[in-house]
Amino acid sequence: MVGIFEDLGFEAGLAAVLGNLVGVVVLATVFLLLPIFTIWVERKVAARFQNRIGPNRVGPYGILQSFPDVVKLLGKELILPRNVDKIPYLLSPIIMVAAVVLIVAVIPLAPTIIGTDLSIGALYFVSVGSLTTIAIVMAGWGSNNKYALLGAFRTVAQLISYEIPLVFSLLIPILLVGSLSMQTIVEFQDTYWIIFYVPTAAVIFLVSNIAEIGRAPFDLIEAESELIAGYMIEYSGMAFAMFYLAEFLHAFLVAVIFSVLFLGGWQGPLAQDVPVLGIAYLTIKSFIVYFAMLWVRMTLPRFRIDHLMAFNWKFLVPVSIVHVLVTAGIWSALPEPDLSGGWFARLGEEFPRMALNLVASVVIAVVSLRLLRQYAEQERQRLSEVTAMVEHKQYPLATTGQGAQSNVIVVGTGSGD
Amino acid sequence: MELTWQAIAFFIFSALTLGGGFAVVTQRNIFHAALFLMLSLFGTAGLFVLLIAPFLAAVQVLVYIGAIAILVLFAIMLTRRLMGLTISLNQQWPAAALAMLVLFGVLLLVLTPVGDDILGQNWSANLPTDGDTAPEVTYITVREIGVAFSTQNGFVLPFEIVSLLLTSALIGAIVVAREDEAI
Repeated sequence: MVGIFEDLGFEAGLAAVLGNLVGVVVLATVFLLLPIFTIWVERKVAARFQNRIGPNRVGPYGILQSFPDVVKLLGKELILPRNVDKIPYLLSPIIMVAAVVLIVAVIPLAPTIIGTDLSIGALYFVSVGSLTTIAIVMAGWGSNNKYALLGAFRTVAQLISYEIPLVFSLLIPILLVGSLSMQTIVEFQDTYWIIFYVPTAAVIFLVSNIAEIGRAPFDLIEAESELIAGYMIEYSGMAFAMFYLAEFLHAFLVAVIFSVLFLGGWQGPLAQDVPVLGIAYLTIKSFIVYFAMLWVRMTLPRFRIDHLMAFNWKFLVPVSIVHVLVTAGIWSALPEPDLSGGWFARLGEEFPRMALNLVASVVIAVVSLRLLRQYAEQERQRLSEVTAMVEHKQYPLATTGQGAQSNVIVVGTGSGD
Repeated sequence: MELTWQAIAFFIFSALTLGGGFAVVTQRNIFHAALFLMLSLFGTAGLFVLLIAPFLAAVQVLVYIGAIAILVLFAIMLTRRLMGLTISLNQQWPAAALAMLVLFGVLLLVLTPVGDDILGQNWSANLPTDGDTAPEVTYITVREIGVAFSTQNGFVLPFEIVSLLLTSALIGAIVVAREDEAI
């Protein structure tokens, strides 16, 4: 691209800037147009999960449904409620979309096609992703609306908490590869995908990412039934559409990043020689992960806020920390295999490392799930005891209905047992 | 001096940093001040990128903007009464301005060639003067930072001490926030 501008007679520095600019615009536009398709996918899949048909009027299988929707949104007025904090209010959707689009820069689409192969690619993904929090807080505060503000409160608590297991589980593939560069991470998965080494880390990464983008079952930020739409309650027209766009794009990009980190990215037969195949492999893998995310979204009910926090701090964080320590221990204890042979030779050489890590990771998952189950049984036991006591009127819960006989009024419960 | 693209980027990021910092102290709306603080920190991240320190830049965005500034905003949102405040809380700005000037002077003397005549030496990174060619830029990778943090000859002791300090701060925070009955 830079070469073309140099041929056109531009000075070298200017040509580099213009060439990169065109590349950025093309890449960003492709990804910005993706939600037009993924929104249709999402609506169709959601409909099937709920035993409906979904969009089926515009185009074959309703595939063109998003186009009239976009036109409709473009035609709507952007309402500016009285007393909003104008600059944060209007800036917020822009920051939201920009922060999400920035992630595209480090995604390796094929062996030679990548926005920029930063030496800190994986860290860049996390740090850019955290910028969406700012947009949500600005929207929540700028809207001057109590529901929006509540949504923003929840956002801060949730996103900052879930960043911790996210970073820890991201650390594990980085540990195995020994590099933060996305392209190096993909090249490492030439023999086995990282999900075969550390499936538990992959699951934790996906779960904390779903929480990070605030989708069901972690959609307390929006929670239609409690907060109407949370931080974006006051937005209309294109500003609302931008939040919507950012959410869908972010969800899809998370699937892409997951495929890159754990499912081998563009790796596949012949991908080294034919870049287009690499893009195709990555797309297929990403859509499979995206479908799994939709599956979770459509199946599970929303968490309660304290359950959400407890799940993060008492389960995901400890498990991911233990996982990092165990993987680091195993990895540094094992000798580096000889990876100079052909593909099948490397497959054999790499196998012991892979198998040992797989076993360790599965053991971590099994042990932590058993502990969780034990805790759940205890909790169920405790609750059934409390319920039994309340039914036999032995528990000083409240005095409703028989206030005349009893004058014990204890509001706080649970401290006695 | 030739105006390179790096120079233009440098001026933009400097303007973001300085302008953001100035707005933080002049804004009367405390929420806006916090947002400008983010802008200023973002400019600093950009300067790190120009200094070929991408790791620092990413950490700057992740930790300072993504976590610390967000927590500042969170604290502000919880103290709702502060939001409509349009008067300054105290009259300490002359003292603050004086402190700032002194700090600026010290930095100017120590870190730039201006102080050569007075101090006889400076700690600046051998800024090229007109005659010199630009010094060789060494690129420090994340791996080198990691090795420096975990080897005996590197910074393993300070690193561990800081970790201990942060852990004790964390435990202290939990103890402070905890309800009395639980202790």
